[in-house]
Amino acid sequence: MSEKDQILARVREALTSPAPHPGDAHTNPQPASALPPSNNSRQWLPAVGETFQDRLELFQKNAASLKADFYLVERWEEASGVLGKLRDQEGWQCVGAHKGDLTDAACAALGLPVCRTDHPYDVAALESCDAGITECDALVAQTGSVLVTSRSAGGRALSVLPPHHVVLARREQLLPDLLAAFELLKRKYSDNYPSFISFITGPSRTGDIERVLVLGAHGPKKLSIICF
Amino acid sequence: MVQILERLGHTVECPQDLACCGQPAFNSGYWDESRAIAVNVLSRLKDAEAVVVASGSCGAMLKVFYPELFAKTPHLDAAKSLSARTWEFSDFLVTRLGVSDVGARFPARVTFHDGCHGLRELGIKQPPRVLLSKVRDIQLVEMKEAETCCGFGGAFAAKFPMISTAMGEVKCASAAETGAEYIVSNDSSCLMHLQGLLSRQGKPVKTIHLAEILVRQ
Amino acid sequence: MNTFAAQFREQSLRLTRDLRHRLLIQNALGKYETQRDHRKAAFQDWQSARQAAAEIKWEAINHLDVHLQDFVSRIEARGTVVHWASTAAQARDIIIGIVRDSKARSIIKSKAMTSEEIHLNEALEEAGFEVVESDLGEFIVQLRKEAPYHIVFPAMHLTRGDISELFTRELGSAPTQNPEDLTMIARRVLRQKYINADVGLTGANFPIAETGMISITENEGNARLTAALPKVMISLLGIEKVLPRLEDLALFLPLLATAGTGQPLTCYNSLYGGPRRADESDGPEEFHVVLLDNHRTELLADAEQRDALHCIRCGACLNVCPIFRNVGGHTYGTTYSGPIGSVITPHLRGLQDWKHLSYSSSLCGASTETCPVKINLHHHLLQNRRNASRQKPSRIEKFAFRTYAAIVNRPGLYHLVKKAGRVLQKLHPLVRGTRADPAYGWTKTRDLPPIARQTFKEYWKDRNIK
Repeated sequence: MSEKDQILARVREALTSPAPHPGDAHTNPQPASALPPSNNSRQWLPAVGETFQDRLELFQKNAASLKADFYLVERWEEASGVLGKLRDQEGWQCVGAHKGDLTDAACAALGLPVCRTDHPYDVAALESCDAGITECDALVAQTGSVLVTSRSAGGRALSVLPPHHVVLARREQLLPDLLAAFELLKRKYSDNYPSFISFITGPSRTGDIERVLVLGAHGPKKLSIICF
Repeated sequence: MVQILERLGHTVECPQDLACCGQPAFNSGYWDESRAIAVNVLSRLKDAEAVVVASGSCGAMLKVFYPELFAKTPHLDAAKSLSARTWEFSDFLVTRLGVSDVGARFPARVTFHDGCHGLRELGIKQPPRVLLSKVRDIQLVEMKEAETCCGFGGAFAAKFPMISTAMGEVKCASAAETGAEYIVSNDSSCLMHLQGLLSRQGKPVKTIHLAEILVRQ
Repeated sequence: MNTFAAQFREQSLRLTRDLRHRLLIQNALGKYETQRDHRKAAFQDWQSARQAAAEIKWEAINHLDVHLQDFVSRIEARGTVVHWASTAAQARDIIIGIVRDSKARSIIKSKAMTSEEIHLNEALEEAGFEVVESDLGEFIVQLRKEAPYHIVFPAMHLTRGDISELFTRELGSAPTQNPEDLTMIARRVLRQKYINADVGLTGANFPIAETGMISITENEGNARLTAALPKVMISLLGIEKVLPRLEDLALFLPLLATAGTGQPLTCYNSLYGGPRRADESDGPEEFHVVLLDNHRTELLADAEQRDALHCIRCGACLNVCPIFRNVGGHTYGTTYSGPIGSVITPHLRGLQDWKHLSYSSSLCGASTETCPVKINLHHHLLQNRRNASRQKPSRIEKFAFRTYAAIVNRPGLYHLVKKAGRVLQKLHPLVRGTRADPAYGWTKTRDLPPIARQTFKEYWKDRNIK
């Protein structure tokens, strides 16, 4: 018998005795169990507001407390302007990006050398980029998160290796909560999931030294979200 | 406790032949020996309308742990019945009798220590505070570590005295910060442990049981 | 007393006297508490969220064979190689084998408590491979050659001064008291390690059965880099961690962050479903998942304590435990410390050797109260005590409790013993505080109250006679 079969056999054997149901350890064990409907959790998790405007404000508030920069603009020209300002402020010399409607337009606006991550690339080249520019699958109001996958954001490293991550998002990509985000993932990718999916919630951080918050532990020190 | 209950017009019986709920043996893992004591308690108290206990830990033993101790034995029903009729003293007054003012007076600054069994096994947080709030001339201040274990824990206090003492020190320091003259609790074992520490260290803070305050007039 | 118990006692004695250390821990955990309470308050209904999480875990564990198989078949369908290890030794061998086959020399690691549990780093180093911990806290304790202090905060026992000295000594960096500067030193050193590593080794927080992916929770980004750059990725996880559905994460990720670090969500919560796909530009070419049993099936078989396997390793129980706060993480002397460690270590490493952790608790219940998946922690400590004394009863204790029961059940005898006690207590000052004192454990640091001149029973009898 393989190790797998042995382990599974032990599991099955162990489960022949029923365990008490949670929350009432002193009462009799109940054998059957239906999983609680996952969308029940909406009633218990932090509230996300009723309207799109509420949720936009919630995202803004969360982004601010996470020390992520959130730029809400009306037109692409303004987004362009924000990018230019960032480039000049931060002194970018070279950026990483993937192919996409928004990222192509962003690279054109920036006018800098670009390390593309659509095909296998030189990691050292990406490492020397000052910023990584990506699109995303969604923004999540409840947590101030950006949802990316290897398919929507140019692979696994582009959004985490360069010290500044810039996300280009469309307003309609704003979702209320994590549950909605998982529903989106299922709808968008279901037969064909990318090998990497991530919820990015603020710039990288650590509190490992005396619980003092430090940004940019290994991942990006700065996260800028441009939403139009 | 008896005086207060009788003042409120209740008939109190105190069985002479019961001395212990069996918790020490239970906590040390000797459940058979604990059952030997607990069986006696079950039969002696089976006709009591309400069983009122002055200590959170004994109350928890009767109310919460007896059903666990007697699980899968023929005594389980009796244990469940006793559990339903058992009350910790402050809970009995406030929740069962609806009494919050017992006409007490105690002019002093006090802080309340929540005994773990009372707080977490029996869910008693407000009743002692409700009772204390009605005591004339008393000043109740909350300490930061009110809900933190004092470190008694039964045999734990003797088996791991250094940890028990360290925990007690944290508690006493927190009480001292409030400037209270008394640490009051509804569990005498906690108070014995804290008083032991305070006396040894020559600290002026005193300990007192909730009932001792409520009986003063 | 076995060596583990003796070590525990010795360390407890030392640590409880170290006021500076206790204060350091208490301050760190105080900060955590404030943040945690703030996050809990943001929930519309924290208690219901806990109950739902407990029910999902109950389902996951009580149908573990089904969910585990679903997880494995789906992740295998995407090109992942799944390995099964019944023991710690097998897990180590499997991982060393993968590393050898890939002709690797250097390994970068993100945080994995399971790897501590099986002592993986030592085995890899002995086999000639360089292993570098990338999580800042783990990196620090690795340099100090000590075990992590806490399952979530590995270096919480160190001051910035300690870390500065360490970095100067081991990395040749300039001394600094600034946490940001210290972090940047580590970041610079580790950057090259990520890029040059041949193998990335991670743990996993939640394998998802429905979609065949593993979910990794972190703040620093080191796990993401570990999973992005090296050619070979290996994830080690206990079989008990499986969650049934993808959307269960919508509850568990905020719960883990709230209870674990007082955050609404940690910075990165990532899902990995396989090696890089044909249409992907980066990521490992090989992805291995190593499933570890190591006595988990034994704990599973103990229906009374099965819910200990619900643990999501958030560390909340450590943070609230007054024993942990006063003796610190290293005193436990084993991978999993605090209340959860005290509950499961007897199952992982032997009941008689590790029962002392179940006895060194005042059973305050704070751990049970805080556990986000409602594990009945302090009751399990009681059950461990019962199981230990049944398996190997102490004759002295058994006799003492039998005698106690006999006395207590006989009112006349009890009365006599109390009278004798009063007399003996008068003699007690002769031995109090010395080794001859039978109550030495108590009287070393505390006074004993006098036995009342008139006990309640005597008062009652007198009163009723009148």
